[in-house]
Amino acid sequence: MTTAAFRDAVARSRALVIIATTGAMAACTGFQSALDPKGPKAEAVSHLNWFLVITAAVVYVAVIGALFFALRRASARPVAFARDDVEEPDRERARVRWVAGAAAVSALILLLFLFVDVSTARSLSQVGGVRPLRIDVVGHQWWWEVTYPDIGNPQNTVSTANEIHVPIGRPVLIKMTSDDVIHSFWAPNLDGKKDLIPGHETITWFRADTAGVYRGQCAEFCGHQHAKMAFFIVAEPRVNFEHWLTAQKSPATTPADSLGQAGEKVFMTGTCAMCHSIEGTSAGSKYGPDLTHLASRRTIAAGTLPNNTGNLAGWILDPQSIKPGAKMPPNQIDPQSLRALLAYLGTLR
Amino acid sequence: MTARSQALPAFNDPDDRPGILTVREEDEIRAKLSASWYEGSGFVAWLKSTNHKSIAKRYIVTAVIFFILGGLEAGMMRAQLSRPENRFIGPDLYNQIFTMHGSTMMFLFAVPVMEAIGLYFVPLMIGTRNVAFPRLNALGYWMYLFGGLLLYAAFFLNTGPDAGWFSYVPLAGPQYSPGKRVDVWAQMITFTEIAALIGAVEIVTTIFKQRAPGMSLNRIPLFVWAQLITAFMIIFALPAIVVSSSMLAMDRLIDTHFFNPAEGGDALLWQHLFWFFGHPEVYIIFIPALGMISSIVEAFTRRPIFGYPAMVLSLISTAFLGFGLWVHHMFATPLPQLGQSFFTAASTAIALPSGVQIFCWIATIWSGRPRYTTSFMFVIGFFLLFIIGGLTGVMIASVPYDLQVHDTYFIVSHFHYVLIGGAVFPLFGAFYFWFPKITGRMLSERLGKWNFWLFFIGMNVTFFPMHILGLLGMPRRVYTYLPEMGWGNLNALVSLGAVIIVASVCVFLANVLVSLRSGVPAGDNPWDASTLEWATSSPPPSYNHLFIPVVEGRDPLWDARDGELAVVTGLRTDRHEGLVTSLMDAEPEHRYEFKRETILPLMLAVFGGGTIIIAIFSPWGVTIGAVLSLIILTCWFWPTISPDHDTPRRGRIRRSP
Repeated sequence: MTTAAFRDAVARSRALVIIATTGAMAACTGFQSALDPKGPKAEAVSHLNWFLVITAAVVYVAVIGALFFALRRASARPVAFARDDVEEPDRERARVRWVAGAAAVSALILLLFLFVDVSTARSLSQVGGVRPLRIDVVGHQWWWEVTYPDIGNPQNTVSTANEIHVPIGRPVLIKMTSDDVIHSFWAPNLDGKKDLIPGHETITWFRADTAGVYRGQCAEFCGHQHAKMAFFIVAEPRVNFEHWLTAQKSPATTPADSLGQAGEKVFMTGTCAMCHSIEGTSAGSKYGPDLTHLASRRTIAAGTLPNNTGNLAGWILDPQSIKPGAKMPPNQIDPQSLRALLAYLGTLR
Repeated sequence: MTARSQALPAFNDPDDRPGILTVREEDEIRAKLSASWYEGSGFVAWLKSTNHKSIAKRYIVTAVIFFILGGLEAGMMRAQLSRPENRFIGPDLYNQIFTMHGSTMMFLFAVPVMEAIGLYFVPLMIGTRNVAFPRLNALGYWMYLFGGLLLYAAFFLNTGPDAGWFSYVPLAGPQYSPGKRVDVWAQMITFTEIAALIGAVEIVTTIFKQRAPGMSLNRIPLFVWAQLITAFMIIFALPAIVVSSSMLAMDRLIDTHFFNPAEGGDALLWQHLFWFFGHPEVYIIFIPALGMISSIVEAFTRRPIFGYPAMVLSLISTAFLGFGLWVHHMFATPLPQLGQSFFTAASTAIALPSGVQIFCWIATIWSGRPRYTTSFMFVIGFFLLFIIGGLTGVMIASVPYDLQVHDTYFIVSHFHYVLIGGAVFPLFGAFYFWFPKITGRMLSERLGKWNFWLFFIGMNVTFFPMHILGLLGMPRRVYTYLPEMGWGNLNALVSLGAVIIVASVCVFLANVLVSLRSGVPAGDNPWDASTLEWATSSPPPSYNHLFIPVVEGRDPLWDARDGELAVVTGLRTDRHEGLVTSLMDAEPEHRYEFKRETILPLMLAVFGGGTIIIAIFSPWGVTIGAVLSLIILTCWFWPTISPDHDTPRRGRIRRSP
């Protein structure tokens, strides 16, 4: 190898190292990461993580150190060393003391762990301070039904899917159950998991302290599309949140333009209305996600695709190629009707 | 009881003086025993065999084949996950493959191989000629084999189970898993639980009642202790899965509603029952491995294991605590906080007995002179890997911490460090340690070192990055992930590690094949180890030991360095006669005749197994199968042994060179 080529190779590998390191560092901050907490619960666990990792590392080094020290000492003995070569009894006694001492230190470390574990668990179990915002989540194969109940005024209840808007700084209480199999609700930047179990109601709470969009994903194996059952938590300032909630309360209106009206007809007379509901129209089936404000959502197919016209068209025509096994059947729609349908869905803001 | 009337007063008769047997007398006895224990040759004789060594060898070979199949499934998963949005395998096949991988490794590899090594070596180590119920033992193997064949036949017909090795309901119930896939899983469980329970009963009875005279409970090798404790765990843990898999099968096949919330059933009931079995299962795999480590460390440091009582008590307390951990698989379900704290405490506490054992082994090494054979290297690998898995295990005992990493790749990493580091590494150490005894030939040390290093490096490259992937939010059991998740590079690295492990296992298989043909002949005791399996030839004769040994200490072969080994003489050599001894002190009580080889176990397995398989399709299978099995059982229990016996005497012979 010539010097120039060698220097070139070194430069290239150094560039690779830099890319890899930045990649690794970037990976620690993420929109679905337990290492990048954005609320008090995830933050407490992140602190706990570093405490446990560092203590465990110290223990590991100590034990493996003792092992290699023992191996080195023992390997220094003559090869012919036999079982009959008995050592002085005080050496034996010293070893008893070492083993007993190590066991005692282990017990103390384990007690410390237990104390930290239980006290962390206790401190996180109660919703602190202000009255929390209540949100109901129902798991379905393979999407999340999200409801903002309004106890005093039931027709103001907001129903959406796969996207949860929350105000920053206010605790959110999530009540969960499942409509079919067991799912698990997990947005690691904010909180640990909680299972959604048919026949049971489970509760968790979290608080987002920083505005942002955090991804969550089903964490309990739930069948074919367990991998593509994601959701987003949109944490925003209180004003924006209230604005969003008010908008979500309004029912859909018939579009002004003829293309949109044709699209509404396609929706209501075709297969769509058999599973989906749109408030303010005759479509009221609860089998699939509520589409009243579909166009305001960031993604479709439970966090699988960005919500744009092209993806929506592909999804409507052949969902099985995007999420094989999904409950939505392929649809045969002529291009004109599809264009109208997409225009109509685009008005559902 | 007739057994009592045959007690052996002559054994401790003061007039009975030890004598020296001549070589000719020894040869005569050898010839008689060989003739009496000969099971015939040919395929039919092979099917009829009830010798514990033949059965155990089949078990080991079958389990290793399943290990390879399970490994190939893992390889396919790693190929699929090596990059985001890969289209190599779709969700339908992927879900079958990860279910097959888990079910194979747990039910068809890990538990059977650990029991099989026990079934091979326990009788040799405690100085008896066969396991307590030789026919039952054969039945256990056939049931296991048929269960495995059922699972793989179904898988190759695209009917492999796809609800996970844990088959959570309602997903595994009739509504969300129509078809026969989960039925195949539930019935495979039936087969393997029968086999495991049979193995456990064999091991407990053999250890309790057939130990060589003088081998009191405080003298049995630690490996035998580990097998005994594991067998008890199997007996207590498996009923939970017997019950739950039967309830699942009934929900699916005859419309009961144990787990259907719509009809008053409960989905969480399954999880409690499954994990009450499932967590002890981990220790059922892990505890025999601890026994193997004790055997290997003792042989290769030439020191008795430090702190024998502490070791035994640690094993027992691990087994007890192992039953108090199951809820830590369920922290995300709605359970009271106080209850969860209890399971946090138990999950933390179980680290202590493992820690004590690790300290005792280190103390043993400290006082000895290690020989760095491949076997011993695998034990050092065990320390390096298992302690990582153990420490992450203590971390996830914490409820809030577990809720973040539960069902993510962090957990996948944790239990592969525990199970590969804690059980597969000792198992490979045991392969290198005992292969010479089983086959009469040494495995190549040169290939062995390649095997070890590739496995050790591959293991870390594969599983260490998974910790990070889990914390970065990657859940388990996903067939793909989106490119923007940023998990691509680490997953590619993980898949590369899997390739290294595959290479390592290939080296191991090559080593076995080459060494079987042309390995160095082993001799009786190639490692200068201390336990009784090394007192007989390699491979051992069908009757194990020429004479039942009399044990006078914890390390019989080291204690007998003057070349003399006390033995029992006077047992009949023309029949399959063995000695039954007392539970605590192994005082001789009476003679016992082992049943001979027969085709009945295979036939019962065919009919009983047929029952289980046909029941997948029609409940009538149970009725028809029960009648046919009853006929076989009648033949089985037909009395055949005549009660006349001589009286055994104590003798003393020179150790064979």
